[in-house]
Amino acid sequence: MTEQGIGAAIARREDRRFVTGQGHYTDDINRMGQTYAVFVRSPHAHAIINSISMDAAKGMPGVRDIFIGKDLADGGVGPLICGWAITDVNGEPHKAPPHPALAMGKVRHVGDPVAVVIADTQHQAMDAAAKVDVDYSVLDAAADLATAQGSNVQIHEEAPGNLCYEWEIGDKAAIDAAFDSAAHVTELEFLNNRLVPNAMEPRACVAEYDGGTGDYTLYLTSQNPHVHRLVMSAFNGLAPEHKLRVVAPDVGGGFGSKIFVYAEEVVLTWACRHVGRPIKWTAERSESFVTDAHGRDHVTKAELALDADGLFLAMRVNTMANMGAYLSTFASAVPTYLYATLLAGQYTTGGIYANVKAVFTNTVPVDAYRGAGRPEAAYVVERLVEAAAAETGRDPADLRKRNFVQKDAFPYQTPVVMQYDCGDFHGSMEQALALIGYTGFAGRKEASRADGKLRGIGFSSYIEACGIAPSAAVGSLGAGVGLWESANIRFNPTGNVQLFTGCHSHGQGHETAYAQIVADKLGVPYEQVDVIHGDTARIPFGMGTYGSRSAAVGGSAILKAADKVIEKGKKIAAHCLEASEDDIEFSAGNFTVTGTDKAMNIAEVAFTAYVPHNYPDGVEPGLDETAFYDPLNFSFPAGTHICEVEIDPDTGAVSIEKYAAVDDFGTLINPLIVEGQIHGGIAQGVGQAVLESAVYDGDGQLVSGSYMDYTMPRADDLPHYDVGFNSVPSPLNPLGVKGCGEAGAIAAPAAVMNAVHNALRDMGVNHVEMPATPQRVWEAIQGAQGAAE
Amino acid sequence: MTLTVSMTVNGESVSADVEPRTLLVQMLREHLGLTGTHVGCDTSQCGTCVVHVNGESLKSCTMLAVQAEGADVTTIEGVADGETLHPMQQAFHENHGLQCGFCTPGMIMSSLDLVKNNPDPSEREIREWLEGNLCRCTGYHNIVKSIDAGAKAMRS
Repeated sequence: MTEQGIGAAIARREDRRFVTGQGHYTDDINRMGQTYAVFVRSPHAHAIINSISMDAAKGMPGVRDIFIGKDLADGGVGPLICGWAITDVNGEPHKAPPHPALAMGKVRHVGDPVAVVIADTQHQAMDAAAKVDVDYSVLDAAADLATAQGSNVQIHEEAPGNLCYEWEIGDKAAIDAAFDSAAHVTELEFLNNRLVPNAMEPRACVAEYDGGTGDYTLYLTSQNPHVHRLVMSAFNGLAPEHKLRVVAPDVGGGFGSKIFVYAEEVVLTWACRHVGRPIKWTAERSESFVTDAHGRDHVTKAELALDADGLFLAMRVNTMANMGAYLSTFASAVPTYLYATLLAGQYTTGGIYANVKAVFTNTVPVDAYRGAGRPEAAYVVERLVEAAAAETGRDPADLRKRNFVQKDAFPYQTPVVMQYDCGDFHGSMEQALALIGYTGFAGRKEASRADGKLRGIGFSSYIEACGIAPSAAVGSLGAGVGLWESANIRFNPTGNVQLFTGCHSHGQGHETAYAQIVADKLGVPYEQVDVIHGDTARIPFGMGTYGSRSAAVGGSAILKAADKVIEKGKKIAAHCLEASEDDIEFSAGNFTVTGTDKAMNIAEVAFTAYVPHNYPDGVEPGLDETAFYDPLNFSFPAGTHICEVEIDPDTGAVSIEKYAAVDDFGTLINPLIVEGQIHGGIAQGVGQAVLESAVYDGDGQLVSGSYMDYTMPRADDLPHYDVGFNSVPSPLNPLGVKGCGEAGAIAAPAAVMNAVHNALRDMGVNHVEMPATPQRVWEAIQGAQGAAE
Repeated sequence: MTLTVSMTVNGESVSADVEPRTLLVQMLREHLGLTGTHVGCDTSQCGTCVVHVNGESLKSCTMLAVQAEGADVTTIEGVADGETLHPMQQAFHENHGLQCGFCTPGMIMSSLDLVKNNPDPSEREIREWLEGNLCRCTGYHNIVKSIDAGAKAMRS
């Protein structure tokens, strides 16, 4: 490790522009002659559109134009797509009903866009949008899974019974047999509450068309500008790829919600050419609540079969997954391949069967949100294990250790597709037990009791699959894209470097961490490496950032490009140093001739490559190398998180008192950044467990549709986190990294809820749903006490 | 109809013709080009728009531009001393108190007001003071650490 290379906890270089207010987010961009878009949205969850009257609005000051779904359809704009096709139990493809960018004939959720008003100012567009008169015939809505499955509400003609697909994994008969032979069966039913991602920067876009060149430029809050360009070209038909530039400048958080191709960017890209002016749209927060893809929303029945020694024989899981009103870009993959394939957890469970029914409802579409399927899986596994420990009178740590995959058993093939590469589950558990002070828990519980409080401890030994993913593997499972990554290392003649990456940073610190990788590998001073991302006109094709892939896949592409630089550099150095290429060694930025003091710095090699006056025959000038890297497997970050809560039985309020996290992320490129990722993930997981919930009423109105109603975690809701690492570098990528972006959000809900249940067990409470709000906890205590009396 | 509003922003006298319904944050961003002050919600909850008006921290989405007539306004762009970061900005940088950066200007402006009134805040006081500032990235851990370090640097 060098001072600023891989492993160095250096403060981020991107901070300066953010702490001084000089970040450039999409809404900060203004183009000459810019107009503004405001969308007219359905106030109903389910309704027939009888007519749209625009005359009054068209006469309002500053109004340039108003477009509806028919205009887009007539203009050849294709519907929004889902890029992952699931094959259901009958061998049929999943139901993917048309999803027009502006609703046609029918609206299917509150917030469904019906028309767009383009005007010279934001205020004029808002005023005119209020004058667009849409006549609706309101239909009964199915706002929840039970209604969608059990009523006559038909959301899409193409999906009878509102079923998108039924999918399964595992041998049901074999698993049923295993359950029949079990000494003990633990059975739980619970919800995984719907969440709203709530990146602090609302989604926004600015679209412009250059009539002189026929080029479109779209400035967009995107985690993956090339994916946006590909989908908008190939499926929405807006412009050929080479005529559409997508720029994702500074992006204020994503958490998955800015992966997807949304109606607004499609509409603006099409409309800017018709209006003849650039158009800007920025979501209001209340608009974000009803348009950004939501996360989670499962109803699950899960069972774990144990033998008399406490070994896990089998697991059986039945899940209903809410898809919302339409299939979002990658929605179908989340409750299947990103969920059921992680149900083995860290354990040697003998067999697993999972059945997933994906159901349409009259709600905002649900798609990947930080963790995407893996938090739901970890919640199933870890709640089951903790309940099994309580039911069988075993220590929850001991039961886990008894069933963990052993350190020497890797690679380990699970019953559900995944092959884990490496890990040390026992080691992380032991470290976490020490960090939380497990032996002192009984004393702390007693102290809380003396104070009139209930104290509980909860574990979560999660595993996840990151570094998505080998292209052939995901292709065989229905993905419509490859999931490799690219990197371009460009030396300038003066020796400094520009790294172009297809990943996108929206808070993850790539500009720092990637520069560390290049500095480490090529021996170029860290300050002389710049990282460029987020612009399809500047970077080679890339798949963007999500699924904790930027280090494992994007970082590996950088190393591969660096190898090419070294390979070419050796040829140049060999010529200049008058040695055989085989005798050239490269280390710490210097090409040396083995066994001599003859050396040439990489900056000198770069200069020679661009001023090739004395240059080897047959070697191209320039030092500018691009690599594409397709991963060999997922990576499998894992760890143990332990949470301690204190509950006030009089109010039901849950306080997070201690939180210890020990994670194996493989090699750490920048521990400072990694710790930040863990903190943030835990906060979102704690939010899910005790604070956050997207609540719909029976009419399909989003009741928690603003920050007045949706409980975002605040500083005083959250504890100090004790973070430790137990790194086992992955053998499957050249950096040995595993990915750290989602772990906290995956581990925390189960850790917190296991602690809540542990605290409440003495009160006779067996079940509390997330979020464990004071009201829910208080009612559970009252219910249990009432039953006991 | 527009009204002319004049005020001092970051030490400079400025004026703009705005619609009466224009919020202070809109005037800062759209008329004065000071885009470091952000808009993250529409219910005055998130705190990404916090600026100082006459020395007090204030959510600039809660005030009409016309209400700030004659006021002395400081935004995040006015905090550093030329190219030298303010100790609080430096503390956020050194303690990794930011990730996506969107909430950061509001966090820094808010924390400066805290430290002005309470030069040595406890962890609990910092957490409670941040009640009006949301961050979705950091889990607040390093923001709390940053403010503690920034306050310490400002004391010395």
